[in-house]
Amino acid sequence: MTAVTYLEAISQAIREEMRRDESVFLLGEDVGTYGGAFKVSAGFLEEFGPERVIDTPMSETAIIGSAVGAALMGMRPIAEMQYIDFITCGFDQIVNMACKMYWRSGIPLPLVIRGPTGGGTHGGPFHSASPEAWFFHTPGIKVVMPATTYDAKGLLKAAIRDNNPVLYLEHKLLYRLPELREELPAEDYIVPLGKAIIRRYGRHMTILTYGAMVHQCLRAAEQLAAEDGLAVEVVDLRSLTPLDRETIKESVKRTNKVLIVHEDTLTGGVGAELAALLAEELFDYLDGPIMRVAAPDAPYPYAPSLEMAYLPGVERIVAVARQLAAY
Amino acid sequence: MSEAERANLLLQIYYYMRLTRAMEDRTRTLFLQGRIVGGVYTAQGHEATTVGAAMTLRDGDCIVPQHRDLGMHLVRGVSPRAVMCQWLARGNAPTLGRDGQLHIGDMHHGVVPMISMLGESLPVACGVALVMKMRRRSTIVLATCGDGATSTGAFHEALNFAAVQRLPVVFVIENNGYAYSTPTSKQFAIEQLSQRALAYGMPGESVDGNDVLAVMEVVGRAVDHARSGQGPALVECRTFRVRGHSEADKADYVPSALREEWLARDPIRRFEEYLTAQGLLTAESRREIESRVRAVVDDAVAFAEASPLPDPATVGDYVFAPDGPIAIVGEPGATDPRYVNALDTRTGRPFCTMSQVEEAVTRL
Ligand SMILES: Cc1ncc(C[n+]2csc(CCOP(=O)(O)OP(=O)(O)O)c2C)c(N)n1
Ligand SMILES: [Mg+2]
Repeated sequence: MTAVTYLEAISQAIREEMRRDESVFLLGEDVGTYGGAFKVSAGFLEEFGPERVIDTPMSETAIIGSAVGAALMGMRPIAEMQYIDFITCGFDQIVNMACKMYWRSGIPLPLVIRGPTGGGTHGGPFHSASPEAWFFHTPGIKVVMPATTYDAKGLLKAAIRDNNPVLYLEHKLLYRLPELREELPAEDYIVPLGKAIIRRYGRHMTILTYGAMVHQCLRAAEQLAAEDGLAVEVVDLRSLTPLDRETIKESVKRTNKVLIVHEDTLTGGVGAELAALLAEELFDYLDGPIMRVAAPDAPYPYAPSLEMAYLPGVERIVAVARQLAAY
Repeated sequence: MSEAERANLLLQIYYYMRLTRAMEDRTRTLFLQGRIVGGVYTAQGHEATTVGAAMTLRDGDCIVPQHRDLGMHLVRGVSPRAVMCQWLARGNAPTLGRDGQLHIGDMHHGVVPMISMLGESLPVACGVALVMKMRRRSTIVLATCGDGATSTGAFHEALNFAAVQRLPVVFVIENNGYAYSTPTSKQFAIEQLSQRALAYGMPGESVDGNDVLAVMEVVGRAVDHARSGQGPALVECRTFRVRGHSEADKADYVPSALREEWLARDPIRRFEEYLTAQGLLTAESRREIESRVRAVVDDAVAFAEASPLPDPATVGDYVFAPDGPIAIVGEPGATDPRYVNALDTRTGRPFCTMSQVEEAVTRL
């Protein structure tokens, strides 16, 4: 068996689900003939035909809206955003149409919206978005962000099988990263939505993170172990909605210190909610302030020097972790 | 169609127009009495358009109605009781009191629930039609919007998408002269909204939206076109909003001469005159229809008023649907209770928008 990339894992998940279930189909810009801007759906058109791999006009509202219509009919559409940044063009279809549908009408909406997310690829202000906080805040949609190749496949399969709108945010920096190549199980598997995973155990502090930042945090943890003798636990949330409050709290109860790391901007980010949750529920367990490392409150910049300064990285994580350890 | 069948059908159309008007009149009274809260939108003058357009449909077709389309709901079998429970925000309303107005739907009976963001239902209509096309069905989707909604991006994306994909959708624009206080002269710069069709590569027609038989003919043609697999069609029904935008709007921005002119073209009175001239409507049959309408409305209001209010303890409930298999709507067995979308899983009971769907009543 060969090790596959994170991108190939996504591709496998969609292909296998489309083979397994005729109600699954893919629609988006350039997904058919071209195989997708990043080639996630290369070869799909040949295998599944143009009715299940639909090249759409450049119309995010129509893509997401018609996915909603198809889901109302009991299909399981996967709506691809060419870059996740363009999800704003279909925002209303998500927050008003999709997210409130079951709650209002009792009609389930099994629908996946996915697309290349995140920075580090010199994409500039319109091709680097981490839009999770908007949807994390919105009741009625599940939000997942896989960090590993295994999870990329398992979470996407779970998302496709879920009976609700799911936003699946795949980090495009991870797409072809050689160190993320992994041999995946030959048999069918899912990674359940709403389950975090502890990537590294430690007793001195917990880092809560998700997406590509998981790898930065693991590197920081190694450095802190080597240079400071600190045992840092790294929790990969994997799902933001539903949030695995149990795993988060169980970890923090053991380590008594929390650092939250995300690539998205600081204010009103996912970290703010995590901090509030811990302050409310685990106040007595905390031996230091809840600290955060996130992007500055500014749009995502283009110039490589600015991008480097913008993205949270190992250096900043290590520095803030040391401050926290000193408490 | 025999003479008797035709007479029956015409009286049925008249009944639905009268029922629509009567339901709205009662809704207004309930609003003025403070028993309905929030925005109340009615559609006096639209009855020929909404009833006429819906009369062209068959079983298995789907409507994607908007806020002034009570006539469509009623023709397609939505229960007046459900409508009144919805207006009175009861716990047994189709949205369980989560939402109000005509924001109701039931896919098994081909009604897509609207949201307040006008225009946004049109791409959803495309998705429903896409599935009909995929499943090789001969059913169609009839989606509506106002003149104001034609200025949204969603309208244009939907029409283009439907045309490119050759989807079985009929788009009906209810041009009632105003979008809230905005006259059509500030909304678009073309003569007739059906001209938009040309730009997307679909047929387009405008029709007198206050003439129910003309509406049925023109929408019927569009429906035939969509049903035959030739793709979408656009119809502009030209009518007028003779009341305020909502029941809280005095609409003093509408020139009174203009309003008078349209009041004189009242679609129900026109149809009545036609039926009378044809000898189809007598004083007696008219009284019979009126008493039937009154009984239905009285029953709906009484039922709703006797219905329970939503339980505040459920305020955080129903955000996510449960796990389990989902049926493709319209396939045999799709209402088997093992499917998560067969019943309303929030209540464990059938979706409550429907009484019964009238049988196919198409052409005259
Ligand atoms: C996208 C959107 N913007 C604004 C509103 C607020 N609003 C409610 S009704 C309305 C006018 C709608 O006009 P039109 O589409 O012509 O329908 P009509 O009410 O005349 O039937 C407006 C602006 C809305 N509902 N949706
Ligand atoms: Mg209007």
